[in-house]
Amino acid sequence: MPQLLRLATAGSVDDGKSTLIGRLLFDSKSLFTDQLAAVERASRRRGEDYPNLALLTDGLRAEREQGITIDVAYRYFATPRRKFVIADTPGHIQYTRNMVTGASTADLALVLVDARKGVLEQSRRHAFLASLLGIPHLVLCVNKMDLVDHSRERFDEIREEFRRFAMKLDVGDLSFIPVSALHGDNVVHRSASMPWYGGTSLLHHLEEVHVASDRNLIDARLPVQYVIRQGGRDFRGYAGTVAGGVFKPGDEVVVLPSGLTSRVAALWGPGGLPVTEAFPPQAVTVQLTGELDVGRGDLICRPANRPHTGQDLDAMVCWLAEAGSLTPGATYTVRHTTAETTAAVQKLDYRLDVDTLHRDESADSLRLNEIGRIQLRTRTPLMFDPYRRNRTTGSFILVDDTTGNTVAAGMITGPALPASRVVWHAAAVGREERATRGLTVWLTGLSASGKSTIAVELERRLVAAGRPAYLLDGDNLRHGLNADLGFSAPDRAENVRRVGEVARLFADAGVVAVASLISPYRSDRALVREAHQRAGLPFLEVFVDTPPEVCEARDPKGMYAKARAGEIRGFTGVDDPYETPEAPDLVLRPDSADPAAEILTLLNRSALWE
Amino acid sequence: MTTVYELSHLDLLEAESVHIFREVAATFEHPVLLFSGGKDSVVMLALAAKAFWPAPLPFPVLHVDTGHNFDEVIAFRDRVVDRMGLRLHVASVQDDIDAGRVTEDTGPRASRNRLQTVTLLRAIREGGFDAVFGGARRDEEKARAKERVFSFRDEFGQWDPRNQRPELWNLYNGRHRRGEHIRVFPLSNWTELDIWSSIAAERIELPPIYYAHRRPVVQRDGMLLAHTRFLRLLDGEEPYEATVRFRTVGDATCTGCVESTASTADEVVAEVAATRVTERGATRADDRISEAGMEDRKKEGYF
Repeated sequence: MPQLLRLATAGSVDDGKSTLIGRLLFDSKSLFTDQLAAVERASRRRGEDYPNLALLTDGLRAEREQGITIDVAYRYFATPRRKFVIADTPGHIQYTRNMVTGASTADLALVLVDARKGVLEQSRRHAFLASLLGIPHLVLCVNKMDLVDHSRERFDEIREEFRRFAMKLDVGDLSFIPVSALHGDNVVHRSASMPWYGGTSLLHHLEEVHVASDRNLIDARLPVQYVIRQGGRDFRGYAGTVAGGVFKPGDEVVVLPSGLTSRVAALWGPGGLPVTEAFPPQAVTVQLTGELDVGRGDLICRPANRPHTGQDLDAMVCWLAEAGSLTPGATYTVRHTTAETTAAVQKLDYRLDVDTLHRDESADSLRLNEIGRIQLRTRTPLMFDPYRRNRTTGSFILVDDTTGNTVAAGMITGPALPASRVVWHAAAVGREERATRGLTVWLTGLSASGKSTIAVELERRLVAAGRPAYLLDGDNLRHGLNADLGFSAPDRAENVRRVGEVARLFADAGVVAVASLISPYRSDRALVREAHQRAGLPFLEVFVDTPPEVCEARDPKGMYAKARAGEIRGFTGVDDPYETPEAPDLVLRPDSADPAAEILTLLNRSALWE
Repeated sequence: MTTVYELSHLDLLEAESVHIFREVAATFEHPVLLFSGGKDSVVMLALAAKAFWPAPLPFPVLHVDTGHNFDEVIAFRDRVVDRMGLRLHVASVQDDIDAGRVTEDTGPRASRNRLQTVTLLRAIREGGFDAVFGGARRDEEKARAKERVFSFRDEFGQWDPRNQRPELWNLYNGRHRRGEHIRVFPLSNWTELDIWSSIAAERIELPPIYYAHRRPVVQRDGMLLAHTRFLRLLDGEEPYEATVRFRTVGDATCTGCVESTASTADEVVAEVAATRVTERGATRADDRISEAGMEDRKKEGYF
């Protein structure tokens, strides 16, 4: 369990955000007596007859005078289980800019809704921003439960409404907690007023939520930040913060963009502590063998696992400046990891309406707080990954050269297709005109967990019921479509991407695509889900949760035995990780009598057929 | 199944601070580190030294000297500078008073704390510094909770809290023109308890007055002030001996001490973990002047 959790709070103005934070600090005994006394004094001066906990976080003169929050405030508190950094972002004015600022490093987003008002625009907006920023965990706190008689029905209603909306987003882990911040129900302690609520208190959830696996430990990335030389000791080291993966002394590495290969001769932590394994976000110093010319802005990675290198990229950007707007043709300074270069906006693909998720392709600029998708061309190549895969190598800022201000935050979606020479052909047949509606059922789990058996049975029953269905089996596809791919992390990502694309085409054609694939990495599966969501097609992730020891005992193809004997390297579950789904649509366990029926029930209940 | 790669809380904070130091060294021409001998600046200096190991610090240190120092702190400052081979600049408030650039308050509660701002800005200008490391933490005070890690200051050294640059991921924007500068706060996300935990874990030396000792004190405004040659007694104030230690160390006229028997870093960690009063609430007279005292001083150019 990591000891530090960074969370960003969001919600509408009067949803009680500051009160909730105040309550969290107060009930966890993290509030100091002089702070509380100051709040009581200030509240009395303002003529309020209760200590206004919002004054704890509104620290500026203008904020207190106007009763609004102007900028992000950072608060710190700790329990014996964990330490917390809260980025408290303002609710109403300049919401997007401040939310992006406060949430860019958050592990968890806390969105508040008022139980009386339900899910408002602002709640949807913040949930969308959290999803755009790749915050893996989202907690929806339904506040002011005391004002709706602690009604279970009201809570369920809001939960269902929000869940339906969140299905359109890429939210890995979604939780719902009914609270009353004013009275402290379910904030730090479980409430006696809501006996029907079976979950944990907010604080308990924050203490327990599992965030360690959210980091990318697969793609080794070290942006060179600073070269440390010490003439007396003939020392030359490359200092930087590990942005992904794991580095070890002896590793073969390549330095980009030069492409020169070398080996890690030694790894040092701060102050010269020897390091045997360097992982994110450690700040280290690397010594390489041989004489290389390496400088700030270079990137060290592994020869078989490189980021994209290129001058053309696609990105989602949020415009942060009050003055000016982002327009095609404009040039800025781009800061990406430790590299800095000039970038020109080639094209604004669309502006996104964060309330409706509608894309306005006729938009010709982005103004304050607006989000859009752009194509960027940089003067020198950048070494980057998609933001979904790596928040460090996938993010950048744009700086205005005249004012020096940070004007935009960017999240890279991938390399840009060469100048859109590939044109999308619109079909003459609309989805409604097809005889049937399609969707994708994606079975993930360890080798020998029983995925294929379930998939075969599901396909049989669907066809028997008159539903067009087709089985996409990972092993089978490796004979044809994916015959050129191995089992390294990038090859696995590509394997999943291709099968995902094929499934999406099937679903678009009105067929139920039943994909059965180990698909071990969460981010790869998330990309497939995203591609379906973009196309407006349902995607159901089914986790076949068979314990590893059971899989290994079954081993029908003898794969585990080979992996244990060292004949196969990089085998999921033996010497390669499997990242369990955090919010699967369905979990199947070995004790399930009829797993295919459970999937069919889910399909019927979700009314995905209509 | 997956190997768990985890950093402790202190290691995470350290990694973040080290990243910030290296970023500044790589992108600025003339950085300087504010060093007063106080615990935050001592920890900041220790982290800076770690960030550039095995090379020496690539920037000098600056002490803004109010002239109202605790003797133990000045002795400690000189010892550290000597041991680490640092380049030390001292900017004296007394020089600005003598030159008539500032006027010293004369009242019985006079403090030179506010005058420091003028001296600091003069030192930055004269030294041509473009980045100034400060040991401020966001947990100290509500105006500081709003502060960025890279804080832009205009040609008058002023802070505009309503117009701060957005700060995203760990991409810090240090752009500035001639005459402008950036204040950099590598300890932004540290709390008082983190500072002490690090001092205990790394066995970092501090001025002795941070640990329990006997000294003459006076009670004033609910605080304990050290009875030094700089303090003018008010009517009815009677100094007495007590066992105390300091939680913060600054100008001797407005820095209070607390009664304590904690004589090792570990004992202080235990005490800080249990306390119910913030550091500034307990020991800083100047913060009590108004609700926005710190904000106003920061706008003027204070760190």
